Amino acid sequence: MIQDLLGIPPQALFGQLLLGLINGSFYALLSLGLAVIFGMLHVINFAHGALYMVGAFVAWLLMIHLGIGYWPALLIAPLVVAAFGVLIERTMLVRIAKMDPLYGLLLTFGLALVIEGVFRHFYGVSGQPYPPPPSLQGGTNLGFMFLPTYRAWVVVASLVVCLGTWYAIERTKLGSYLRAATEKPQLVQAMGINVPALVTLTFAAAVALAGFAGVLAAPMYQVNPLMGSNLIIVVFAVVVIGGMGSILGAVITGFGLGIVEGLTKVFYPEAANIVIFVVMAIVLLVKPQGLFGKA
Amino acid sequence: MLSVRDLTGYYGESHILHGVEFQIAEGEVVTLIGRNGVGKTTTLRAILGLLDRQEGSIRLQGEEILGLRTDRIARKGIGYVPEDRGIFASLTVEENLLLPPVVKPGGLTTEEVYGLFPRLKERRKSQGTKLSGGEQQMLSIARILRTGARLLLMDEPTEGLAPVIVQQIGSIIAELKRKGFTILLVEQNFHFASGVADRHYVMEDGKVVDMIPNDRLEAEREKLQQYLGV
Repeated sequence: MIQDLLGIPPQALFGQLLLGLINGSFYALLSLGLAVIFGMLHVINFAHGALYMVGAFVAWLLMIHLGIGYWPALLIAPLVVAAFGVLIERTMLVRIAKMDPLYGLLLTFGLALVIEGVFRHFYGVSGQPYPPPPSLQGGTNLGFMFLPTYRAWVVVASLVVCLGTWYAIERTKLGSYLRAATEKPQLVQAMGINVPALVTLTFAAAVALAGFAGVLAAPMYQVNPLMGSNLIIVVFAVVVIGGMGSILGAVITGFGLGIVEGLTKVFYPEAANIVIFVVMAIVLLVKPQGLFGKA
Repeated sequence: MLSVRDLTGYYGESHILHGVEFQIAEGEVVTLIGRNGVGKTTTLRAILGLLDRQEGSIRLQGEEILGLRTDRIARKGIGYVPEDRGIFASLTVEENLLLPPVVKPGGLTTEEVYGLFPRLKERRKSQGTKLSGGEQQMLSIARILRTGARLLLMDEPTEGLAPVIVQQIGSIIAELKRKGFTILLVEQNFHFASGVADRHYVMEDGKVVDMIPNDRLEAEREKLQQYLGV
């Protein structure tokens, strides 16, 4: 049995560490998508949190109305969100592509309000329960702490998807198009690549990540129209800390800040809610382009 | 190969091209020369459909390409070497080289390209922008040779490079001409241009005002110096 560390019982320490990792999983999945979207579209996507919520709601609706369970939902919900993303990009974002980024911010902020308003109108704010799949219920006693299976799954799934996304962008041919088009879209198009389609695909894939995160979150938190707006502010702070446009930076910062937040809950709980913003302020002072950002 | 007629072009509200006309036959190396700001770069960009607005006619092997979307124009078989070389910092040398998709059969293989540019093979794992200026220019040319494009648009490939590198680029262009590529070259370095080109189109104020065959250069030297303001 591990002895108390600095007077903190290991149960509490590891429990909070796990919680930090869980939060970090969501920070990473969401900030990754935001970073990709910003890099390619120069849009600060304020609707990202709302689309995360839509992912969770699609899973819940599939279960309620069609009896479709968690595992199919994990695939279907991101696809539905991606389709919604295609619609948003093709009908709205494409029209403001050449304008000041402020327009994109305002547009997506408005979209987030509309989407959340629609779900609040139909489903209220009380939250809907969504059970974890039977295969992921229960947990394991590791001796120093109790590990709920579902939470372990969330961390693993998020890590795998984040690393998969990183691999797709940094190590594949399609990813090289994406990186190149982020730098010089006109030149990439002059090479014969359909950049507008690539932009749509990028936006769809990035919001699909948010939808995926929403399904992962559904069994842990209640499915609630406001679940995204609570999260997205912290995620923006994570993106600022990691640096806009860096893929690995977004992932590492996401998990790292989740852990920092968890540890703060153990050692100085009063600061847990603001620690990420304190880190953000310090990073902005010392390295304004973010920890992994390019100057 | 390429026939440009009455080409007008705009960036936003500014009217840059005022009825550009010229032709290039298959296998020719032709330059656009003229002072800064007369519309040479803009003409290349207009061929690729990269201006805000362009009107007139641009025919590639008899087919009208003006009005097509840029990526479709490129897929008709046009390769582009932009003025700033367009090397991607987030890609390695090899990723830069392999980036442009093959648009037509008959391009050089990657091994043939490395044969022409052995230095790029040595540095293929480096970040694209870590190369020297000359190497970046080589890379910018090398990557469009794989694609099967037969018409190459090169925007000042010698700008800012040391004389020995300029010489190398000259021999590469000569080699490409032997291989049957058609090349439209924007050049300020007239000495270089006269060493590689068959004909020269002189531009002034967004128009082509004269055409001088390379073998008439000596005879027309005085007129040319007036055009170029040297």
